[in-house]
Amino acid sequence: MDMAAHAGPKVEVVRRRRANAGRHLAPFLFISPWILGFLFFTLGPLCFSLTMSFFDWPVVGERTFVGLDNYRSMFMEDPQFRESLWITVKFAAIYVPFNIVMSFLLALLLHHATFASGFFRTVFYLPSVISGVALVTIWSWIYSREYGLLNFMLSLVGIDGPNWLGDPSLALVAIIVASLWGLGGTMLILLTGLKAIPKELYEAATVSGVPAWAQMLFITLPMLGPMLIFTFITSIISAFQQLTIALLLTKGGPLGSTYFFAMYIYDNAFKYFDMGYAAAGSWVMFAIVLTLSLVVMRWSAAWVYYEGEVRPVDGDRDA
Amino acid sequence: MRKTVLYAALILLSALFIAPFYWTFMTAVKSTAELYQFPPVLWPAEWHWENFAAAWNKQPFGTYLSNSLIVVVLSTVGQLLSSSLVAFGFARFRFPGRDALFVLLLATMMIPWDVKMIPLYMEFNMLGWINTLKPLIVPAYFADAFFVFLLRQYIMTIPMEIDEAARMDGANSFDIYWRIHLPLMLPALVLVGTFHFMNAWNDYLGPLIFLNDQSKYTLTLGLSMFKGLHEIDVTSIAAITVILCLPPLALFFLAQRYIMDGAVGSSVKG
Repeated sequence: MDMAAHAGPKVEVVRRRRANAGRHLAPFLFISPWILGFLFFTLGPLCFSLTMSFFDWPVVGERTFVGLDNYRSMFMEDPQFRESLWITVKFAAIYVPFNIVMSFLLALLLHHATFASGFFRTVFYLPSVISGVALVTIWSWIYSREYGLLNFMLSLVGIDGPNWLGDPSLALVAIIVASLWGLGGTMLILLTGLKAIPKELYEAATVSGVPAWAQMLFITLPMLGPMLIFTFITSIISAFQQLTIALLLTKGGPLGSTYFFAMYIYDNAFKYFDMGYAAAGSWVMFAIVLTLSLVVMRWSAAWVYYEGEVRPVDGDRDA
Repeated sequence: MRKTVLYAALILLSALFIAPFYWTFMTAVKSTAELYQFPPVLWPAEWHWENFAAAWNKQPFGTYLSNSLIVVVLSTVGQLLSSSLVAFGFARFRFPGRDALFVLLLATMMIPWDVKMIPLYMEFNMLGWINTLKPLIVPAYFADAFFVFLLRQYIMTIPMEIDEAARMDGANSFDIYWRIHLPLMLPALVLVGTFHFMNAWNDYLGPLIFLNDQSKYTLTLGLSMFKGLHEIDVTSIAAITVILCLPPLALFFLAQRYIMDGAVGSSVKG
């Protein structure tokens, strides 16, 4: 700065201009990997897929513009669309609440454990670390009709275990339980949230004679709100994308009872190579997930407590 | 009394979480005779370690392993570099449109993979990348929204004075990123590296869609092939499952400190 002051005014202007140009360019250079990635691996594919959804688009061969025909025949003529969507909704309606409530209860237990809580935390998180393929192989033996661990345990109490993966009324439940085994990530997020609640709140409440259940209702839940909503939305998204487990564990069966919406899209794309139709299906999924997320956010705004200005997205904290 | 109930519940629940692992491992080392005994054998009389080697030789698992390692190593390097660069850009500069771009970045996390999978397949098909490892590696060099978010939160806890002091000494922005922030970010980078490693190592749908040739398969794909080929060969499937689980579990234990305490909090606290 001192140097610039001693130099002539013209030189200073040039130098400042050059420095400014560099300063304006630098941030964009830093974020350029993401901008390029966004264009080529997100925005481009999204536009491409939206375009495809208006076409009859085989992988090879003639593509023809069909307007909204893909969407129309999906909603009006394709029973598999409705069935797979219904199965996915059923899955989400059971999986999402269980995932959050169980994660919350586990986090609560861990939060109150004084001894060896690290050990238990690790144990609950372990299943989240392994591959979906490994998870599926492991659960296929637990559920095995004759040699499975589950039916062995049931036999100890005198129950003749059913064929978990072969019974259309049980297979979906079996998949939900296997999915819930991986709740460690959600649990960890909620545990971090519990630890962040100031202890003074509980102390003050206890002094004023507020019973434990009321503390839970009026302190813990609202304070944990942002994280509960975060996990709620991510659970919904992952529930609708459920594919790996069903693809490997039941292959959509028996009798299509675990034929998820994601599998329907996958089959249309990579089994029947009807890319346009599959793309239309994926946009239906996107629309549903987006709508549900927005509804959850709207509904939560009424009761969730956001401390000060700290909202999930605050761009100006570094200002 | 309350503590006793609490710990009874914790022990019971952890048994439920551990049992499947235990069962899989025991299945891998049992003899074939013990496999189909009823009631099931919970502790094998003899440990058949040779089951692992036998399973490994039933398919070209050496090739699968090297494919998996190529994907995991190259993509992890790319992810660490690109995400930290982008995070630094968002955390340390003010520029027009920054906040809007950041919101956009966060919004991309909401897009279901199913929407992108079909056009990406077509895109990679046009590039001639189908049946190569490139679709599994190259995107990692263009930053991931979640990791950018995580690293940005971390950088923002580092005092701005450090940057200013370095700038006084004549360092340019890249120096500040490379020589100061990258070392300081190490705990967060360990976390990102671990998460990415696990995602890449465990990925099944990516390889399933983008790879056709058995010579290009990754380990997860190899294991799933096993199910089709030898439905009855329970021991081998269990052995490969154990092998597949080992690297992420080992990495998890090494990086546990960072995962549990460090960035999980900062990543969701906003």
